[in-house]
Amino acid sequence: MLGRAHRGRLVTVGERDDDERPDPDALLARVKAEEQREKRARLKIFFGASPGVGKTYAMLEAARRAKDDGVDVAIGVVETHGRAETNALVDGLEVLPRRTTLHRGVTLDELDVDAALAGKPELILIDELAHTNAPGSRHAKRWQDVLDLLEAGIDVWTTLNVQHVESLGDVIQQITGVKVRETVPDAVLERADDIELVDLSPDELLERLAEGKVYVPDQASRAAQNFFQRGNLLALRELALRRAAERVDADMLAYRREHGIETPWPTRERILVCVGPSPGSERLIRATKRMAEGLHAPWTAAHVDVIGASPLGERDRERLEAHLRLAESLRGDVVRLRGNKVADALLSYAREHNVTRIVAGKPTHSRWRDRLRGSMLDDLIRGSGPIELSVIAPLELETPPPAPRGRTPDHVEPRAYVWALLSVLIITAVGLVAFSYTTLAELTMLYLIAIMVSSLLGRGPSLVAASLAVLAFDFCFVPPRFTFAVSDARYLLTFAVMFGCGVVISTLVVRLRRQERDAIARERRTAALQAFTRDVAEATDVADVATVLARHLEETIDVAAAVLVPDDKEGLVAAAGLMPLATQEITVARWALEHKEPAGHGTDTLSAAKALCLPLIAGESAVGVLAIHRRRGEPPRLGVDQRHLLDALARQAALAIARVQLAVRARDADVRARAEELRSSLLSAVSHDLRTPLAVITGAATSLRDQRKQLSEAACDDLITSIVDDASRLERVLSNLLQLTRVETGLEPTREWVPADEIVGAALTRTEDLRKSAKVETDVPPDVQLRIDPVLFEQVLINLLENAVKHGRPPYSVRAQRRGDAVEIEIGDRGRGLPEGDASRLFEKFVRGSAAPGAGLGLAVVRAIVEAHGGTVTAQNRPGGGALFRIVLPTPEPPALAEAS
Amino acid sequence: MTTILIIDDDEAVRRFLKTVLKGQGYSVVEAPTGAAGMDALKRAQPDVVLLDLGLPDGDGIEVLRAMPPHRHIPVIVLSARGQEGDKVVALDSGADDYLTKPFGSSELLARIRVALRKQVQSELTTADVLQVGPIRIDQPRHEVTVEGRDVHLTPMEFKLLVEFARNPGRVLTHRHLLREVWESSAADQSHNLRVHVASLRRKLEADPAQPQWLVTEAGVGYRLRDGSGPKP
Repeated sequence: MLGRAHRGRLVTVGERDDDERPDPDALLARVKAEEQREKRARLKIFFGASPGVGKTYAMLEAARRAKDDGVDVAIGVVETHGRAETNALVDGLEVLPRRTTLHRGVTLDELDVDAALAGKPELILIDELAHTNAPGSRHAKRWQDVLDLLEAGIDVWTTLNVQHVESLGDVIQQITGVKVRETVPDAVLERADDIELVDLSPDELLERLAEGKVYVPDQASRAAQNFFQRGNLLALRELALRRAAERVDADMLAYRREHGIETPWPTRERILVCVGPSPGSERLIRATKRMAEGLHAPWTAAHVDVIGASPLGERDRERLEAHLRLAESLRGDVVRLRGNKVADALLSYAREHNVTRIVAGKPTHSRWRDRLRGSMLDDLIRGSGPIELSVIAPLELETPPPAPRGRTPDHVEPRAYVWALLSVLIITAVGLVAFSYTTLAELTMLYLIAIMVSSLLGRGPSLVAASLAVLAFDFCFVPPRFTFAVSDARYLLTFAVMFGCGVVISTLVVRLRRQERDAIARERRTAALQAFTRDVAEATDVADVATVLARHLEETIDVAAAVLVPDDKEGLVAAAGLMPLATQEITVARWALEHKEPAGHGTDTLSAAKALCLPLIAGESAVGVLAIHRRRGEPPRLGVDQRHLLDALARQAALAIARVQLAVRARDADVRARAEELRSSLLSAVSHDLRTPLAVITGAATSLRDQRKQLSEAACDDLITSIVDDASRLERVLSNLLQLTRVETGLEPTREWVPADEIVGAALTRTEDLRKSAKVETDVPPDVQLRIDPVLFEQVLINLLENAVKHGRPPYSVRAQRRGDAVEIEIGDRGRGLPEGDASRLFEKFVRGSAAPGAGLGLAVVRAIVEAHGGTVTAQNRPGGGALFRIVLPTPEPPALAEAS
Repeated sequence: MTTILIIDDDEAVRRFLKTVLKGQGYSVVEAPTGAAGMDALKRAQPDVVLLDLGLPDGDGIEVLRAMPPHRHIPVIVLSARGQEGDKVVALDSGADDYLTKPFGSSELLARIRVALRKQVQSELTTADVLQVGPIRIDQPRHEVTVEGRDVHLTPMEFKLLVEFARNPGRVLTHRHLLREVWESSAADQSHNLRVHVASLRRKLEADPAQPQWLVTEAGVGYRLRDGSGPKP
């Protein structure tokens, strides 16, 4: 339990996992993780609430105990800050030299990672995990050094304060008012095999601080004064304890799962957080991460791109990206959604993915904006149904993400006309009331304000407001009053100015909106392109690329697509059968491919076609054609933006196809290399099997030549027999090689109808010598016919007979019979049977059944030839002992015999 | 004295053949090329020709075609395994027999004896009764016995057997048999031929799957062993 302890009582928390259900995958992952832990280096973190709780001391103490147990401990970096009791602990431990760098006149000591890696101690102590390294170091952050060391198999012990945990950054800032810059990703904490909480009560800590036992850097002393407040320390301690307790929970979960303890598990929670570019989103993300950890729930950060919304500025976009990256680094999923309304998009995603809770930020804008534009939060609440909603206040008030605006620059809500009318009415009312105190010039100004405000709403409202203003002004105020008559021609100029203002301002507004729309389009294009690039990066073949492209085209510009790639044989083939193409469309596609120019609908070439065909050009060559049309076969109608997007996607797809094709070529090259390897191993095996009989022949022949006189007649006979036997052995090896090459080079067997007994007879005749005329039991009915290449198939039977003679014992047997659509041929012996292990391995090249000579090529040849005939060959042990090889050849009914004349 | 012409580009093969043949009392003429071979054909008037199919100056088939038409000189073709097609072409172009390299000397001598005997036998084949090994054929009576046992053959099988018995020990290609027995050159008849040979074999042999007399030369044709020589 977590107690008030100083240095001595520590809470050790074990490893954790993210899931809570004991599904088989998790168990497997656990076993694997367990295995990996056997080998991989261990990371232990001495975790504390604040500086001064005694983490370093605890670590050194533990290290001394480890050293006493015989562990090879080295100190990488330990800051004792000159404290005597800590120094005393360092004594007697090996201290690795630091790497010294000079930076802007200051000498900086850093952990020497290379020295540590070279020294390769069993365990290395590295203080201050969150430390930022001096410029020019191997990594920017010390925790990255630590990961390197772990990677190299060195155990690491390190210290860390709770304020440096990345996901707690904003909470710490809220508590202490200090923005923590040195943070350690949560993933590193999760990587830790052990976390030891070093706990000290705030009172004791403050006491130690007062006694000067806590090191406080000079330059930070003022900040530190603020930091070491009792309230802060209490809050930090709670955070640290909670963080450690989460680990206990996780550990317990892991334990329960490991031991298969069945309890009613909570239904799986899934949290969705809505993220925008506003700085408040960062807090939302961190809060969601903590919430998710507490619930052991997976979480997702979603950003909604509102269709037709004004594009984000450079800064906003960067911030949004940063937020999404943050979410990713905190192990959240990241999705980008599109929709007309933020709430709708979020809810539909949430329902699809069984999200149980949505986290959103408190609105920071005024209420009237919600009235005007509708409130995202309201919509969420109304539409969320069973989904819980958590609304969290952003850290600071900032401008919220821009809300959806009008769909096109020229589109004006009817409401705007009401506003225009109202503004003129209000000004008129004000003018009527204040007429006696004002001059006409001032009234003109007031009307101009109404016109300007209305102009912001669009050209229509602007013109309405200007006309109404002119009319109202003329009628109500211009003498003669309450008539439309004008006494002084100068007022006509006033009218003109009022009207002109409206026109100019509204024109400017419209132009601005146009630009905005273009920017949105650009933005969307970029986003679509990015999304496509991301998805297509995972494609491994042309069909993948085509599928991804078609999907994106359907999503972004709502067209059906097909990708056609040139094929050696058929000209053009569809890489993905996404959209059937008519013959004439294929002609268009072929034209586009050959001329590397777009063709079909909307182009200068073959424009009568329903589809638009774009060549996919990578570098100099066209790698394929993209054909699109609207679903249901109508020709596509594309706007300029969509056309741009289409072109951009086509370019990307072309590059992806080129990349994939290159990969395929690389794979082919790999296959060739493997074939080459096989060939060389064949060569070496064969040269062995050729040399052995040659050696016998040469030896025997030279003996006969040189020592005939000393040799007895019997010895001479023996030598002669060896020569003859080994010559025929050579012949068999060569014959097998020849057949194997023939079959493997794809030579089609010349198939003829042959009576089974004829081919069996031929094989038996040719193996008479080999068998030394041992008995072969044959059961080959006269009506069994085979459709085979007699020369190749004779080799099959000879090899199987030779194999039987070599590895088995007589009586040998050959049996053939028709079974349905196939003929079965069995060759058996009565030997020891097959060697242990996989029988199919026998048919691989250079596998030998026993110590008997031969290249192990015979059965490989059998399989190659049988397979070239469309058949199969298997080996098994037969009842009563011995091996049985069975060939099954698919065989149609033999043709009827034409009666001879 | 019987003269044998060896046309082979490999000196080692020629030396081996010469040694074996001279040991048997044959006179030997050598030619390393097809051209030299054709020259020697005219000059030496050989009784048997041993012809290698793979010659440096062209196909051995050329030599076969250049054989003097007025006098039949038996030709035994020497070739490697895997050249069954070439063998068939050579046999159909007038070669009498073939030997697959590597071959043993007794096999070679047996083939030469068969080839030489055929020369003598050509008039014998018209005899009424033919005897090959245990097989006796009485042509006028259409009677066949194997080891004295009566065997009933269909007319086609009888014609086949007579053709084999007229060429004992010699390989007969499918085409040869089709031409001589079926009086047809259609290659699609070869299935027919196989079935008839198989059926004939079943009547002649004790174990047709392990034939002793009517053997198959895979990819080339059939041979009716004559009882005199050793088994090939």
